[in-house]
Amino acid sequence: MALEPEDVRRAAHLARLGLDDREAARYVDDLSRILEMVDRLQAVDTEGVAPLAHPLDATQRLRADEVTESDQRERFQRCAPAVENGLYLVPRVVE
Amino acid sequence: MHDKTLTELAAALAAGEFSSRELTESLLARIDRLDGELNSFITVTADAALEAADRADRARAAGKAGPLTGLPLALKDIFCTQGVRTSCGSRMLDNFVSPYDATVVEKLAAAGTVSLGKTNMDEFAMGSSNENSHYGPVKNPWDLAAVPGGSSGGSAAAVAAGLVPAALGTDTGGSIRQPAAFCGITGLKPTYGRVSRYGMVAYASSLDQGGPMARTAEDCALLLGAIAGHDLRDSTSVARGVPDYREELEASLSGLKIGLPREYFGDGLAPEVEAAVREAIAVYESLGASVREVSLPHTELAIPAYYVIAPAEASSNLSRYDGVRFGHRCENPTDLVDLYKRSRAEGFGEEVKRRILIGTHTLSEGFFDAYYKKAQQVRRLIRQDFLDAFEDVDVLMGPASPTPAFDLGAKKDPVSMYLQDIYTIAINLAGIPGLSVPAGFVDGRPVGLQILGPHFAESRLLNVAHRFQQATDWHRRQPAFGKENA
Repeated sequence: MALEPEDVRRAAHLARLGLDDREAARYVDDLSRILEMVDRLQAVDTEGVAPLAHPLDATQRLRADEVTESDQRERFQRCAPAVENGLYLVPRVVE
Repeated sequence: MHDKTLTELAAALAAGEFSSRELTESLLARIDRLDGELNSFITVTADAALEAADRADRARAAGKAGPLTGLPLALKDIFCTQGVRTSCGSRMLDNFVSPYDATVVEKLAAAGTVSLGKTNMDEFAMGSSNENSHYGPVKNPWDLAAVPGGSSGGSAAAVAAGLVPAALGTDTGGSIRQPAAFCGITGLKPTYGRVSRYGMVAYASSLDQGGPMARTAEDCALLLGAIAGHDLRDSTSVARGVPDYREELEASLSGLKIGLPREYFGDGLAPEVEAAVREAIAVYESLGASVREVSLPHTELAIPAYYVIAPAEASSNLSRYDGVRFGHRCENPTDLVDLYKRSRAEGFGEEVKRRILIGTHTLSEGFFDAYYKKAQQVRRLIRQDFLDAFEDVDVLMGPASPTPAFDLGAKKDPVSMYLQDIYTIAINLAGIPGLSVPAGFVDGRPVGLQILGPHFAESRLLNVAHRFQQATDWHRRQPAFGKENA
Protein backbone atom coordinates (compact mmCIF):
# COMPACT_ATOMS: atom_id res chain seq x y z
CA MET A 1 0.00 0.00 0.00
CA ALA A 2 1.50 3.33 -1.04
CA LEU A 3 1.42 6.07 1.56
CA GLU A 4 0.72 9.75 1.07
CA PRO A 5 2.71 12.46 2.86
CA GLU A 6 -0.43 13.07 4.90
CA ASP A 7 -0.32 9.46 6.26
CA VAL A 8 3.25 9.95 7.43
CA ARG A 9 2.46 13.31 9.04
CA ARG A 10 -0.51 11.71 10.79
CA ALA A 11 1.58 8.80 12.14
CA ALA A 12 4.29 11.25 13.21
CA HIS A 13 1.76 13.32 15.11
CA LEU A 14 0.26 10.23 16.79
CA ALA A 15 3.79 9.17 17.78
CA ARG A 16 4.60 12.73 18.94
CA LEU A 17 7.57 12.71 16.62
CA GLY A 18 8.56 16.04 15.14
CA LEU A 19 8.99 15.78 11.40
CA ASP A 20 9.35 18.62 8.92
CA ASP A 21 7.81 18.40 5.44
CA ARG A 22 11.10 17.47 3.80
CA GLU A 23 11.67 14.58 6.21
CA ALA A 24 8.06 13.45 5.81
CA ALA A 25 8.55 13.33 2.05
CA ARG A 26 11.63 11.16 2.47
CA TYR A 27 9.84 8.73 4.79
CA VAL A 28 6.87 8.37 2.39
CA ASP A 29 9.07 6.45 0.00
CA ASP A 30 10.76 4.24 2.63
CA LEU A 31 7.59 3.41 4.46
CA SER A 32 5.69 2.66 1.28
CA ARG A 33 8.31 0.11 0.29
CA ILE A 34 8.24 -1.48 3.73
CA LEU A 35 4.45 -1.72 3.65
CA GLU A 36 4.60 -3.16 0.15
CA MET A 37 6.91 -5.90 1.47
CA VAL A 38 4.60 -6.44 4.44
CA ASP A 39 1.55 -6.68 2.21
CA ARG A 40 2.55 -10.23 1.25
CA LEU A 41 0.78 -11.19 4.47
CA GLN A 42 -2.57 -10.28 2.94
CA ALA A 43 -2.41 -13.22 0.52
CA VAL A 44 -2.22 -15.79 3.33
CA ASP A 45 -5.35 -17.65 4.35
CA THR A 46 -5.55 -17.21 8.12
CA GLU A 47 -9.20 -18.11 8.53
CA GLY A 48 -9.66 -19.68 11.96
CA VAL A 49 -6.02 -19.13 13.03
CA ALA A 50 -5.80 -17.59 16.48
CA PRO A 51 -3.35 -14.65 16.76
CA LEU A 52 -0.15 -15.59 18.60
CA ALA A 53 0.83 -12.93 21.12
CA HIS A 54 3.37 -14.94 23.14
CA PRO A 55 5.55 -17.67 21.63
CA LEU A 56 4.93 -19.99 24.59
CA ASP A 57 1.24 -19.07 24.86
CA ALA A 58 1.86 -17.89 28.40
CA THR A 59 -0.66 -15.67 30.10
CA GLN A 60 -0.07 -12.96 32.66
CA ARG A 61 0.90 -14.34 36.07
CA LEU A 62 -0.92 -13.06 39.11
CA ARG A 63 0.54 -12.42 42.53
CA ALA A 64 -0.86 -11.46 45.90
CA ASP A 65 -1.87 -7.81 46.00
CA GLU A 66 0.84 -6.70 48.42
CA VAL A 67 3.12 -3.68 48.37
CA THR A 68 6.62 -4.94 47.59
CA GLU A 69 8.32 -1.77 46.37
CA SER A 70 9.69 0.89 48.64
CA ASP A 71 9.57 4.59 47.82
CA GLN A 72 12.62 5.39 45.68
CA ARG A 73 11.36 8.60 44.14
CA GLU A 74 14.48 10.64 44.79
CA ARG A 75 16.73 8.01 43.30
CA PHE A 76 14.61 7.60 40.21
CA GLN A 77 14.22 11.33 39.70
CA ARG A 78 17.96 11.89 39.70
CA CYS A 79 18.06 11.06 35.97
CA ALA A 80 15.14 13.36 35.12
CA PRO A 81 15.80 16.52 33.08
CA ALA A 82 13.85 18.82 35.42
CA VAL A 83 12.29 18.18 38.84
CA GLU A 84 11.24 20.34 41.75
CA ASN A 85 9.92 19.24 45.14
CA GLY A 86 9.56 15.68 43.89
CA LEU A 87 7.57 16.73 40.83
CA TYR A 88 8.55 16.45 37.18
CA LEU A 89 8.56 19.85 35.50
CA VAL A 90 6.95 20.36 32.08
CA PRO A 91 5.78 23.49 30.25
CA ARG A 92 2.59 24.96 31.66
CA VAL A 93 -0.44 22.92 30.53
CA VAL A 94 -3.29 24.83 32.22
CA GLU A 95 -3.16 28.64 32.28
CA MET B 1 45.81 -14.04 27.77
CA HIS B 2 43.58 -12.41 25.18
CA ASP B 3 43.32 -15.49 22.96
CA LYS B 4 42.07 -17.83 25.68
CA THR B 5 38.49 -18.98 26.08
CA LEU B 6 36.48 -18.20 29.19
CA THR B 7 36.85 -21.82 30.28
CA GLU B 8 40.63 -21.70 29.85
CA LEU B 9 40.82 -18.41 31.72
CA ALA B 10 38.78 -19.89 34.57
CA ALA B 11 41.25 -22.76 34.82
CA ALA B 12 44.24 -20.41 34.69
CA LEU B 13 42.77 -18.19 37.42
CA ALA B 14 42.03 -21.25 39.57
CA ALA B 15 45.59 -22.53 39.05
CA GLY B 16 47.01 -19.15 40.04
CA GLU B 17 48.77 -18.61 36.69
CA PHE B 18 47.68 -15.00 36.88
CA SER B 19 45.28 -12.91 38.91
CA SER B 20 42.02 -11.39 37.77
CA ARG B 21 43.66 -7.97 38.19
CA GLU B 22 46.50 -8.94 35.85
CA LEU B 23 44.03 -10.32 33.33
CA THR B 24 41.81 -7.25 33.58
CA GLU B 25 44.74 -4.86 33.23
CA SER B 26 45.99 -6.71 30.19
CA LEU B 27 42.60 -6.59 28.46
CA LEU B 28 42.05 -2.93 29.37
CA ALA B 29 45.41 -2.14 27.79
CA ARG B 30 44.36 -4.03 24.68
CA ILE B 31 41.09 -2.12 24.49
CA ASP B 32 43.03 1.10 24.91
CA ARG B 33 45.38 0.14 22.09
CA LEU B 34 42.89 -1.28 19.61
CA ASP B 35 39.40 -0.02 20.18
CA GLY B 36 40.00 3.43 18.76
CA GLU B 37 39.95 1.75 15.38
CA LEU B 38 37.30 -0.89 16.10
CA ASN B 39 34.82 1.27 18.10
CA SER B 40 33.32 -1.80 19.78
CA PHE B 41 32.87 -0.12 23.16
CA ILE B 42 30.67 2.87 23.95
CA THR B 43 31.84 3.06 27.57
CA VAL B 44 34.86 1.37 29.14
CA THR B 45 34.51 1.08 32.92
CA ALA B 46 38.18 0.60 33.79
CA ASP B 47 38.08 1.69 37.43
CA ALA B 48 35.03 -0.39 38.30
CA ALA B 49 36.56 -3.34 36.44
CA LEU B 50 39.78 -3.18 38.46
CA GLU B 51 37.81 -2.95 41.70
CA ALA B 52 35.73 -5.97 40.70
CA ALA B 53 38.91 -7.84 39.75
CA ASP B 54 40.44 -7.11 43.14
CA ARG B 55 37.26 -8.31 44.86
CA ALA B 56 37.42 -11.49 42.79
CA ASP B 57 41.06 -12.05 43.71
CA ARG B 58 40.26 -11.55 47.39
CA ALA B 59 37.34 -13.98 47.14
CA ARG B 60 39.64 -16.53 45.56
CA ALA B 61 42.28 -16.04 48.23
CA ALA B 62 39.57 -16.62 50.83
CA GLY B 63 38.59 -19.89 49.14
CA LYS B 64 35.26 -18.46 48.00
CA ALA B 65 35.71 -18.51 44.22
CA GLY B 66 32.95 -19.87 41.98
CA PRO B 67 33.25 -21.01 38.35
CA LEU B 68 32.96 -17.44 37.00
CA THR B 69 34.90 -15.55 39.66
CA GLY B 70 37.29 -13.04 38.14
CA LEU B 71 36.31 -13.66 34.52
CA PRO B 72 36.14 -10.53 32.39
CA LEU B 73 33.29 -9.80 30.01
CA ALA B 74 31.40 -6.95 28.40
CA LEU B 75 27.75 -5.97 28.29
CA LYS B 76 25.83 -4.75 25.29
CA ASP B 77 24.86 -1.18 26.11
CA ILE B 78 21.21 -2.22 26.25
CA PHE B 79 21.57 -3.71 29.75
CA CYS B 80 20.98 -1.22 32.55
CA THR B 81 23.97 -0.78 34.83
CA GLN B 82 23.58 1.20 38.01
CA GLY B 83 25.74 4.31 38.04
CA VAL B 84 27.00 3.73 34.49
CA ARG B 85 25.56 5.31 31.35
CA THR B 86 23.21 2.97 29.47
CA SER B 87 22.87 4.59 26.06
CA CYS B 88 21.28 1.82 23.98
CA GLY B 89 23.26 3.32 21.10
CA SER B 90 20.99 6.36 21.08
CA ARG B 91 21.36 10.08 21.55
CA MET B 92 18.07 9.77 23.45
CA LEU B 93 19.85 7.98 26.28
CA ASP B 94 23.29 9.57 25.93
CA ASN B 95 22.80 11.22 29.33
CA PHE B 96 21.00 8.28 30.99
CA VAL B 97 22.79 6.89 34.03
CA SER B 98 20.69 3.98 35.14
CA PRO B 99 19.46 4.01 38.75
CA TYR B 100 19.35 0.20 38.82
CA ASP B 101 20.96 -2.95 37.42
CA ALA B 102 19.36 -5.36 34.97
CA THR B 103 18.73 -8.79 36.49
CA VAL B 104 21.42 -10.39 34.32
CA VAL B 105 23.90 -7.68 35.34
CA GLU B 106 23.14 -8.39 38.99
CA LYS B 107 23.54 -12.12 38.44
CA LEU B 108 26.85 -11.77 36.63
CA ALA B 109 28.20 -9.45 39.31
CA ALA B 110 27.06 -11.84 42.05
CA ALA B 111 28.88 -14.65 40.21
CA GLY B 112 32.09 -12.61 40.51
CA THR B 113 32.54 -11.61 36.86
CA VAL B 114 34.35 -8.43 35.92
CA SER B 115 32.58 -6.14 33.44
CA LEU B 116 34.99 -4.14 31.30
CA GLY B 117 32.29 -1.94 29.88
CA LYS B 118 29.34 -1.42 27.58
CA THR B 119 29.51 -2.41 23.93
CA ASN B 120 28.35 -0.56 20.85
CA MET B 121 25.11 -1.50 19.10
CA ASP B 122 22.54 -0.39 16.59
CA GLU B 123 20.32 2.24 18.18
CA PHE B 124 17.68 0.53 20.32
CA ALA B 125 18.85 -2.77 18.78
CA MET B 126 17.31 -1.84 15.42
CA GLY B 127 19.71 -2.86 12.70
CA SER B 128 21.74 -5.62 11.13
CA SER B 129 25.07 -3.87 10.61
CA ASN B 130 25.77 -1.68 13.65
CA GLU B 131 25.72 1.32 11.33
CA ASN B 132 22.70 2.77 13.14
CA SER B 133 24.60 3.63 16.31
CA HIS B 134 24.70 7.22 17.57
CA TYR B 135 28.31 6.43 18.54
CA GLY B 136 29.40 5.52 15.02
CA PRO B 137 29.76 2.18 13.26
CA VAL B 138 31.80 -0.73 14.59
CA LYS B 139 34.34 -2.37 12.31
CA ASN B 140 34.72 -6.08 11.74
CA PRO B 141 38.11 -7.22 13.06
CA TRP B 142 38.39 -9.77 10.23
CA ASP B 143 38.19 -7.00 7.64
CA LEU B 144 37.99 -3.38 8.66
CA ALA B 145 36.02 -2.57 5.49
CA ALA B 146 33.22 -4.91 6.61
CA VAL B 147 30.38 -4.47 9.08
CA PRO B 148 30.43 -6.63 12.23
CA GLY B 149 26.70 -7.34 11.88
CA GLY B 150 24.09 -6.09 14.26
CA SER B 151 22.55 -5.19 16.41
CA SER B 152 25.01 -6.73 18.93
CA GLY B 153 27.92 -5.72 16.66
CA GLY B 154 30.10 -4.25 19.40
CA SER B 155 29.86 -7.39 21.53
CA ALA B 156 30.72 -9.62 18.56
CA ALA B 157 33.63 -7.48 17.36
CA ALA B 158 35.08 -7.13 20.88
CA VAL B 159 35.11 -10.90 21.38
CA ALA B 160 36.48 -11.58 17.89
CA ALA B 161 39.30 -9.07 18.38
CA GLY B 162 40.27 -10.56 21.74
CA LEU B 163 39.37 -7.44 23.70
CA VAL B 164 37.22 -9.54 25.98
CA PRO B 165 36.58 -13.31 26.04
CA ALA B 166 32.79 -13.05 26.18
CA ALA B 167 29.95 -10.55 26.06
CA LEU B 168 26.22 -10.39 26.45
CA GLY B 169 24.06 -9.55 23.48
CA THR B 170 20.37 -9.42 22.75
CA ASP B 171 18.48 -10.95 19.86
CA THR B 172 15.10 -9.75 18.58
CA GLY B 173 15.43 -10.92 14.97
CA GLY B 174 18.98 -12.27 14.76
CA SER B 175 20.97 -9.66 16.69
CA ILE B 176 23.13 -12.23 18.51
CA ARG B 177 23.43 -14.90 15.81
CA GLN B 178 24.12 -12.74 12.76
CA PRO B 179 26.95 -10.65 14.30
CA ALA B 180 28.35 -13.86 15.83
CA ALA B 181 28.39 -15.33 12.31
CA PHE B 182 29.91 -12.19 10.76
CA CYS B 183 32.66 -12.01 13.39
CA GLY B 184 33.46 -15.72 13.61
CA ILE B 185 32.34 -16.31 17.20
CA THR B 186 29.68 -18.41 18.94
CA GLY B 187 26.41 -16.77 19.94
CA LEU B 188 23.27 -18.21 21.47
CA LYS B 189 19.76 -16.81 21.47
CA PRO B 190 17.95 -18.71 24.22
CA THR B 191 14.27 -19.67 24.26
CA TYR B 192 12.01 -16.65 24.74
CA GLY B 193 11.59 -16.16 28.48
CA ARG B 194 14.66 -18.22 29.47
CA VAL B 195 16.68 -15.13 30.43
CA SER B 196 15.12 -12.22 32.32
CA ARG B 197 14.46 -9.06 30.32
CA TYR B 198 14.25 -6.90 33.45
CA GLY B 199 16.54 -3.95 32.92
CA MET B 200 17.12 -4.79 29.27
CA VAL B 201 15.94 -1.77 27.29
CA ALA B 202 12.82 -2.95 25.44
CA TYR B 203 12.57 -2.99 21.66
CA ALA B 204 9.94 -5.63 20.76
CA SER B 205 8.89 -7.28 23.98
CA SER B 206 7.40 -10.48 22.56
CA LEU B 207 10.64 -11.18 20.67
CA ASP B 208 13.55 -9.74 22.72
CA GLN B 209 15.88 -12.18 24.42
CA GLY B 210 19.35 -11.75 25.92
CA GLY B 211 22.08 -14.32 25.54
CA PRO B 212 25.80 -15.12 25.58
CA MET B 213 28.40 -14.43 22.88
CA ALA B 214 31.82 -16.06 23.25
CA ARG B 215 34.46 -18.06 21.40
CA THR B 216 33.01 -21.48 22.13
CA ALA B 217 29.77 -23.28 22.87
CA GLU B 218 31.33 -24.41 26.14
CA ASP B 219 31.78 -20.78 27.19
CA CYS B 220 28.22 -19.97 26.15
CA ALA B 221 27.04 -22.86 28.34
CA LEU B 222 28.95 -21.47 31.30
CA LEU B 223 27.47 -18.00 30.82
CA LEU B 224 23.93 -19.11 30.06
CA GLY B 225 23.87 -21.04 33.34
CA ALA B 226 24.74 -17.81 35.14
CA ILE B 227 22.12 -15.60 33.50
CA ALA B 228 19.14 -17.92 32.90
CA GLY B 229 16.25 -18.40 35.26
CA HIS B 230 12.93 -17.18 36.51
CA ASP B 231 12.64 -13.56 37.57
CA LEU B 232 9.61 -12.18 39.37
CA ARG B 233 10.43 -8.77 37.90
CA ASP B 234 9.91 -9.99 34.32
CA SER B 235 6.40 -11.35 33.92
CA THR B 236 7.38 -13.14 30.70
CA SER B 237 10.33 -14.98 32.21
CA VAL B 238 9.64 -18.68 32.50
CA ALA B 239 9.34 -20.45 35.85
CA ARG B 240 11.43 -23.46 35.02
CA GLY B 241 14.60 -24.85 36.58
CA VAL B 242 18.00 -24.06 35.06
CA PRO B 243 20.06 -27.15 34.25
CA ASP B 244 23.86 -27.19 34.27
CA TYR B 245 24.28 -26.49 30.58
CA ARG B 246 27.78 -27.98 30.66
CA GLU B 247 26.57 -31.38 31.78
CA GLU B 248 25.51 -32.64 28.35
CA LEU B 249 28.25 -30.95 26.32
CA GLU B 250 30.15 -34.16 25.68
CA ALA B 251 27.13 -36.36 24.82
CA SER B 252 27.56 -38.41 21.66
CA LEU B 253 25.88 -37.19 18.47
CA SER B 254 25.39 -40.72 17.23
CA GLY B 255 21.79 -40.99 16.07
CA LEU B 256 21.24 -37.20 16.09
CA LYS B 257 18.60 -36.31 13.50
CA ILE B 258 19.40 -33.10 11.64
CA GLY B 259 16.84 -31.38 9.43
CA LEU B 260 17.86 -29.04 6.65
CA PRO B 261 15.02 -26.62 5.87
CA ARG B 262 14.88 -26.47 2.09
CA GLU B 263 13.77 -22.84 2.29
CA TYR B 264 17.12 -21.98 3.92
CA PHE B 265 19.08 -23.19 0.90
CA GLY B 266 17.22 -21.38 -1.86
CA ASP B 267 17.69 -18.29 -3.99
CA GLY B 268 19.70 -15.52 -2.42
CA LEU B 269 22.08 -17.81 -0.54
CA ALA B 270 25.68 -17.12 -1.60
CA PRO B 271 27.11 -20.33 -3.10
CA GLU B 272 30.32 -20.07 -1.03
CA VAL B 273 28.27 -19.78 2.17
CA GLU B 274 26.20 -22.78 1.15
CA ALA B 275 29.39 -24.77 0.45
CA ALA B 276 30.79 -23.97 3.92
CA VAL B 277 27.49 -24.89 5.60
CA ARG B 278 27.23 -28.17 3.70
CA GLU B 279 30.80 -29.00 4.64
CA ALA B 280 29.91 -28.44 8.28
CA ILE B 281 26.92 -30.72 7.93
CA ALA B 282 29.22 -33.39 6.47
CA VAL B 283 31.26 -33.11 9.69
CA TYR B 284 28.10 -33.94 11.61
CA GLU B 285 27.47 -36.97 9.42
CA SER B 286 30.96 -38.17 10.22
CA LEU B 287 30.08 -37.79 13.91
CA GLY B 288 27.15 -40.16 13.53
CA ALA B 289 24.27 -37.79 12.78
CA SER B 290 21.73 -38.40 10.04
CA VAL B 291 20.54 -35.62 7.77
CA ARG B 292 17.24 -35.15 6.01
CA GLU B 293 15.53 -32.32 4.20
CA VAL B 294 12.55 -30.71 5.89
CA SER B 295 10.26 -27.84 4.97
CA LEU B 296 9.31 -24.68 6.82
CA PRO B 297 6.67 -23.59 4.32
CA HIS B 298 5.93 -20.15 5.82
CA THR B 299 9.57 -19.00 5.84
CA GLU B 300 9.10 -16.18 3.33
CA LEU B 301 6.40 -14.66 5.52
CA ALA B 302 8.70 -14.26 8.51
CA ILE B 303 10.20 -10.92 7.47
CA PRO B 304 6.82 -9.37 6.57
CA ALA B 305 5.29 -10.60 9.87
CA TYR B 306 8.30 -9.35 11.82
CA TYR B 307 8.16 -5.89 10.22
CA VAL B 308 4.61 -5.52 11.48
CA ILE B 309 5.02 -7.00 14.95
CA ALA B 310 8.41 -5.58 15.90
CA PRO B 311 7.76 -1.95 14.84
CA ALA B 312 4.31 -2.06 16.45
CA GLU B 313 5.78 -3.18 19.76
CA ALA B 314 8.63 -0.70 19.35
CA SER B 315 6.29 2.21 18.77
CA SER B 316 4.56 1.37 22.06
CA ASN B 317 7.76 0.67 24.01
CA LEU B 318 9.53 3.79 22.81
CA SER B 319 6.63 6.05 23.72
CA ARG B 320 8.22 6.21 27.18
CA TYR B 321 10.93 8.54 25.84
CA ASP B 322 9.03 11.75 26.33
CA GLY B 323 11.69 14.17 27.54
CA VAL B 324 10.04 14.32 30.97
CA ARG B 325 11.25 11.50 33.20
CA PHE B 326 14.64 10.61 31.74
CA GLY B 327 16.61 10.82 28.54
CA HIS B 328 17.06 13.67 26.09
CA ARG B 329 14.99 16.82 26.44
CA CYS B 330 14.90 19.60 23.86
CA GLU B 331 15.81 23.19 24.74
CA ASN B 332 13.08 25.75 25.56
CA PRO B 333 9.92 23.80 24.77
CA THR B 334 6.96 26.10 24.09
CA ASP B 335 4.32 23.63 25.27
CA LEU B 336 3.94 19.98 26.18
CA VAL B 337 3.43 18.72 22.62
CA ASP B 338 6.44 20.70 21.45
CA LEU B 339 8.45 19.15 24.30
CA TYR B 340 7.48 15.63 23.22
CA LYS B 341 7.90 16.18 19.50
CA ARG B 342 11.23 17.97 19.52
CA SER B 343 12.78 15.80 22.25
CA ARG B 344 11.91 12.69 20.26
CA ALA B 345 12.89 14.19 16.90
CA GLU B 346 16.31 15.16 18.27
CA GLY B 347 16.84 12.03 20.35
CA PHE B 348 16.01 9.28 17.87
CA GLY B 349 17.97 8.36 14.74
CA GLU B 350 16.59 7.63 11.32
CA GLU B 351 15.98 3.87 11.55
CA VAL B 352 14.30 4.20 14.94
CA LYS B 353 11.99 6.90 13.56
CA ARG B 354 11.21 4.71 10.57
CA ARG B 355 10.13 1.84 12.80
CA ILE B 356 8.15 4.08 15.15
CA LEU B 357 6.30 5.50 12.14
CA ILE B 358 5.58 2.07 10.64
CA GLY B 359 4.41 0.74 13.98
CA THR B 360 2.25 3.75 14.71
CA HIS B 361 0.70 3.56 11.26
CA THR B 362 -0.10 -0.18 11.40
CA LEU B 363 -1.55 0.10 14.89
CA SER B 364 -3.66 3.15 14.09
CA GLU B 365 -7.40 3.12 13.69
CA GLY B 366 -8.61 1.16 10.68
CA PHE B 367 -5.33 -0.70 10.10
CA PHE B 368 -4.97 -2.86 13.20
CA ASP B 369 -6.77 -5.97 11.93
CA ALA B 370 -5.17 -5.89 8.50
CA TYR B 371 -1.66 -5.61 9.90
CA TYR B 372 -1.09 -6.49 13.53
CA LYS B 373 -3.74 -9.15 13.93
CA LYS B 374 -2.88 -10.67 10.56
CA ALA B 375 0.82 -10.75 11.44
CA GLN B 376 0.06 -12.47 14.74
CA GLN B 377 -1.97 -15.10 12.91
CA VAL B 378 0.88 -15.68 10.48
CA ARG B 379 3.20 -15.84 13.48
CA ARG B 380 1.26 -18.87 14.72
CA LEU B 381 1.67 -20.55 11.32
CA ILE B 382 5.41 -19.87 11.40
CA ARG B 383 5.75 -21.35 14.87
CA GLN B 384 3.74 -24.37 13.78
CA ASP B 385 6.24 -24.99 10.96
CA PHE B 386 8.97 -25.43 13.56
CA LEU B 387 6.84 -27.54 15.91
CA ASP B 388 6.02 -29.83 12.97
CA ALA B 389 9.66 -30.09 11.90
CA PHE B 390 10.76 -31.00 15.43
CA GLU B 391 8.36 -33.95 15.36
CA ASP B 392 10.78 -35.54 12.90
CA VAL B 393 14.22 -34.13 13.70
CA ASP B 394 16.19 -33.08 16.80
CA VAL B 395 17.75 -29.93 15.41
CA LEU B 396 17.61 -27.82 12.28
CA MET B 397 20.72 -26.50 10.55
CA GLY B 398 21.42 -23.92 7.91
CA PRO B 399 23.29 -20.69 7.30
CA ALA B 400 22.97 -17.88 9.85
CA SER B 401 23.03 -15.30 7.07
CA PRO B 402 22.79 -15.51 3.27
CA THR B 403 26.15 -13.79 2.82
CA PRO B 404 29.29 -13.14 4.84
CA ALA B 405 29.69 -9.66 6.33
CA PHE B 406 29.01 -6.98 3.73
CA ASP B 407 30.96 -3.74 3.33
CA LEU B 408 30.29 -0.74 5.52
CA GLY B 409 27.91 1.55 3.69
CA ALA B 410 26.92 -1.14 1.15
CA LYS B 411 23.23 -1.35 2.04
CA LYS B 412 21.53 2.00 1.78
CA ASP B 413 17.98 0.79 1.26
CA PRO B 414 16.20 -0.33 4.45
CA VAL B 415 14.28 -3.18 2.82
CA SER B 416 17.43 -4.78 1.39
CA MET B 417 18.94 -4.58 4.89
CA TYR B 418 15.85 -6.23 6.39
CA LEU B 419 16.02 -9.11 3.90
CA GLN B 420 19.48 -10.02 5.25
CA ASP B 421 17.76 -11.51 8.29
CA ILE B 422 15.81 -14.12 6.35
CA TYR B 423 17.28 -17.10 8.25
CA THR B 424 17.23 -15.65 11.75
CA ILE B 425 13.98 -13.76 12.14
CA ALA B 426 11.50 -16.66 12.16
CA ILE B 427 13.26 -18.11 15.22
CA ASN B 428 12.25 -15.12 17.33
CA LEU B 429 8.68 -15.28 16.08
CA ALA B 430 8.57 -18.96 17.11
CA GLY B 431 10.39 -18.26 20.40
CA ILE B 432 12.77 -21.19 19.92
CA PRO B 433 16.50 -21.14 20.75
CA GLY B 434 19.17 -20.84 18.08
CA LEU B 435 22.91 -20.42 17.93
CA SER B 436 25.59 -19.66 15.38
CA VAL B 437 29.00 -21.32 15.32
CA PRO B 438 31.97 -20.47 13.09
CA ALA B 439 32.02 -22.79 10.06
CA GLY B 440 34.53 -21.39 7.60
CA PHE B 441 35.47 -18.31 5.64
CA VAL B 442 34.65 -16.66 2.33
CA ASP B 443 37.39 -14.29 1.15
CA GLY B 444 38.63 -13.90 4.70
CA ARG B 445 35.20 -13.16 6.17
CA PRO B 446 33.65 -15.72 8.58
CA VAL B 447 30.62 -17.89 7.85
CA GLY B 448 28.23 -18.99 10.59
CA LEU B 449 26.38 -22.28 10.84
CA GLN B 450 23.03 -21.80 12.53
CA ILE B 451 21.65 -24.58 14.73
CA LEU B 452 18.03 -24.45 15.91
CA GLY B 453 16.19 -26.55 18.45
CA PRO B 454 12.79 -26.89 20.13
CA HIS B 455 11.80 -24.63 23.05
CA PHE B 456 14.17 -25.10 26.01
CA ALA B 457 16.57 -27.35 24.06
CA GLU B 458 19.59 -25.14 24.92
CA SER B 459 21.50 -28.07 26.45
CA ARG B 460 21.14 -30.03 23.24
CA LEU B 461 22.09 -27.10 21.02
CA LEU B 462 25.21 -26.43 23.08
CA ASN B 463 26.10 -30.12 22.98
CA VAL B 464 25.67 -30.20 19.20
CA ALA B 465 27.77 -27.05 18.80
CA HIS B 466 30.43 -28.22 21.26
CA ARG B 467 31.00 -31.54 19.48
CA PHE B 468 31.43 -29.66 16.22
CA GLN B 469 34.02 -27.43 17.85
CA GLN B 470 35.92 -30.49 19.04
CA ALA B 471 36.03 -31.74 15.45
CA THR B 472 36.91 -28.41 13.79
CA ASP B 473 39.08 -25.41 14.54
CA TRP B 474 37.16 -22.57 12.86
CA HIS B 475 36.36 -21.13 16.30
CA ARG B 476 40.10 -21.07 17.10
CA ARG B 477 41.02 -18.84 14.17
CA GLN B 478 41.92 -15.30 15.06
CA PRO B 479 41.95 -12.21 12.89
CA ALA B 480 45.27 -10.57 12.02
CA PHE B 481 43.87 -7.37 13.53
CA GLY B 482 45.25 -6.86 17.01
CA LYS B 483 47.95 -9.50 16.80
CA GLU B 484 51.02 -8.49 18.81
CA ASN B 485 53.53 -6.64 16.61
CA ALA B 486 50.95 -6.34 13.84
